[in-house]
Amino acid sequence: MDTMLPVDRGGPAQPLLLASGLRKHFPVGGGILGRGRKVVRAVDDLTLSVAKGETLGVVGESGCGKSTVARLLIRLIKPDTGTMVLDGDPVDEPHGITVNELRRQVQMVFQDSYASLNPRLTIAETLAFAPKAHGLPAAEARDRVRDLLSKVGLDPNNYAERYPHELSGGQRQRVNIARALALRPRLVILDEAVSALDKSVEAQVLNMLVDLKSELGLTYVFISHDLNVVQYLSDRVLVMYLGKIVELGPVEAIYGAPQHPYTRALLSARPSMDPRRRTREAPIQGDPPNPIDPPSGCRFRTRCPFAEDVCGRVEPLLADTGRQEVACHMHVAGSGHSKAVAA
Amino acid sequence: MAIQTPSLELGAPLVQATAAAAGRGYWKSVARRLRRDPVTVICAAVLLLLVASALAAPWLGLADPYKTSMLRRLYPLGSPNHLLGTDELGRDMLSRLIYGGRLSLFMGVTPVVCALLIGGLLGITAGFVGGRTNMAIMRVMDVFYAFPSVLLAISLSGAMGAGTENTLLSLTLVFIPPICRVSESVTTQVRGFDFVDAARASGAGALTIVRVHVLGNVLGPILVYATSLISVAIILAAGLSFLGLGVKPPEPEWGLMLNTLRQAIYVNPVLAALPGVMIFITSICFNMMSDGLRAAMDVKA
Repeated sequence: MDTMLPVDRGGPAQPLLLASGLRKHFPVGGGILGRGRKVVRAVDDLTLSVAKGETLGVVGESGCGKSTVARLLIRLIKPDTGTMVLDGDPVDEPHGITVNELRRQVQMVFQDSYASLNPRLTIAETLAFAPKAHGLPAAEARDRVRDLLSKVGLDPNNYAERYPHELSGGQRQRVNIARALALRPRLVILDEAVSALDKSVEAQVLNMLVDLKSELGLTYVFISHDLNVVQYLSDRVLVMYLGKIVELGPVEAIYGAPQHPYTRALLSARPSMDPRRRTREAPIQGDPPNPIDPPSGCRFRTRCPFAEDVCGRVEPLLADTGRQEVACHMHVAGSGHSKAVAA
Repeated sequence: MAIQTPSLELGAPLVQATAAAAGRGYWKSVARRLRRDPVTVICAAVLLLLVASALAAPWLGLADPYKTSMLRRLYPLGSPNHLLGTDELGRDMLSRLIYGGRLSLFMGVTPVVCALLIGGLLGITAGFVGGRTNMAIMRVMDVFYAFPSVLLAISLSGAMGAGTENTLLSLTLVFIPPICRVSESVTTQVRGFDFVDAARASGAGALTIVRVHVLGNVLGPILVYATSLISVAIILAAGLSFLGLGVKPPEPEWGLMLNTLRQAIYVNPVLAALPGVMIFITSICFNMMSDGLRAAMDVKA
């Protein structure tokens, strides 16, 4: 058996990945000695768990910290605070697994299919890079490359020795997916993986992702701004706004009965296929506030039609509403919001 | 794994595909474009001729470049036995120009190669590691940058004394900062690409990533820049010799010859300009070749 194949350790009930209190603030400009610096609060105290075999969708406007979450989960950037546990093993802690071990089990597909492939390497060289770096002999690496290419629907004889610029966008993204699978990971983070593709190619790649998932027993974190795609692919959906989770729950609950005003606004902003149901007015106005200096209390209050005093004073925490978790004072009994149930 | 079956019968076509791809590789296509560029081809041919004649000088049957003669001073061009005339001490000009190419070309290429190794290493390190390392390396380079390169070369050579080794050393020091800066900026740019992130996410070590993913993408621009520096190096080396800070007489070297023939400029101006013509031809050829190289490499792979 392949020694590089990670084994399931905690059983199906244990979350594959548990991240708690992840925080990443990027310093911007400011003093040379680091004093009086401002920070972009890209991700603020984010806690999430990914169950084995599920697809967790992450949605939100651009700039809300989706990609930062992806890069934090694979440790391309180091979180300021927070812990991660991969199938029971704490990551980068004395008794846990190393970051390198995490990266073998968690891989990522990037959005820009062109920038994420080295223009000087052939497809085969790109795909063989990670297995070789982990010590797989050249002959076996070559077999794996052929195997990977056929998995993503590209004929190895035709594509292995090509260069990235000789492929179409959809083919390149297939190669990117193959690269993410090269180390036989358990969790694949797809950061806007199909956003740059045109609709017909996007559908093909999405179907391929679904097939690969069941074939290889993968778990996905699917990050996208495309609500329809997320609905199609996800089991659970996480809605982010300015580095915070505003709503989290099963896909039917989020799309069927959204609770947070932001989620509702997002969903009603979806273009309808039916011309009689056209959107008459913009559901929310303006751009998200500057994450350097986010609003006090609830970060969405500046654009929320239901904002009240309490929203500026107290930050709402994620609260279970039965089917999903929502971070909104309107759904917390006794929060002080006029629409909330009295305590 | 169950899905590995297709690989069994496909050994032969893969070999074929590799052979076909070798003709389409990036450097192959650069070479093909270079061959189609007449200016670059001519410049390369001229440089090749200069280098070959300098290397083969002892076997070309030339007159002794050191043999002086008070009787045959400052013969004009086209004199019998002295095709390009003689210099102020009666030495054969053709022989001295060809022998001079040995030192001049050597002094042009060597400092750039040394600076390429040191500056490239520093620049790629600074660009790839980033942060404080980048800060430390680049600020030290900025100190060197504060002086104009000619002034820096003159003062370094002046401080260390005349001589070939000191000239090489001072020219190397002069060229490290610009090469380092170019290497740093292209490396920083390449480091920002997703494929480097993807390589990091695969858990590969920094050295492996630099070797496989960074070097191939930064070497081209750095080499183009270094080629353009060779002409500067030749001119600087000649300048230092002209000032008496470089090669010592009676060694034939274009800059030094220009200096010693200075007095003959009213007697035989064409003769006095010959070493300058050689410097001009060499440096312009290196420059044009650098431009051609840039154009050939400046395509989306």
